[in-house]
Amino acid sequence: MMVPVRLFAAAREIAGGSEVAVEVHDGATVADVQRSLLAMVPKLEQILPHARWAVDAEFAAAETVVNEESEIALIPPVSGG
Amino acid sequence: MIELTNQPIDSSALLAKASGPEAGAVVLFVGTTRELTEGRRTVMLNYEAYDEMAEAKLAELEDEARRRWPLVECIIVHRLGRVPLAEASVAIAVSTPHRADAFAAGQWLIDTLKRDVPIWKQEHWADGTSEWVHPGTNQANPS
Repeated sequence: MMVPVRLFAAAREIAGGSEVAVEVHDGATVADVQRSLLAMVPKLEQILPHARWAVDAEFAAAETVVNEESEIALIPPVSGG
Repeated sequence: MIELTNQPIDSSALLAKASGPEAGAVVLFVGTTRELTEGRRTVMLNYEAYDEMAEAKLAELEDEARRRWPLVECIIVHRLGRVPLAEASVAIAVSTPHRADAFAAGQWLIDTLKRDVPIWKQEHWADGTSEWVHPGTNQANPS
């Protein structure tokens, strides 16, 4: 299945878009999404190890299962305030 | 009360709004764009947010702060987009009956905001380059 991943800040600029569609198997987890995203956009390797993930606007663990309706976002280290 | 805005922040107005007869103390924290960082000169900061989640996290911060301290008012405003030197990117106003709680809550709110709220700043340096700030990623992230 294809799942959309929202990207921000440096990740958005590296990937060339604020949303990318990532191919994963049914029942995939956030960890699977990360692997697929890295394969699609290898230059994200500088950011991915330090980033968190959010599913439906909540921080999500690597083992969180996602589906096509999930709002998945890559959260690079934050720098607000 | 929490808000994301693209407009300049009126800190004085927030201070007035947080004040009230139940409060003996009002603490206002304002984060501003600083010129010097590790020897480099900033001309401007630019902020981006994952809006829906940032608003949700700011609301959670207020809820948690109200659980921990007897807050009368709690106002958190974060500006997005371009923030020139010395202007406010974030303002937090808290009021409490007694001052120790106001100081503690204000400190906790800004420290936790900086750790958990999905907002990012982009440094625009005097040499014309710019980069997103992602603490812990050892490389610069040039834009």
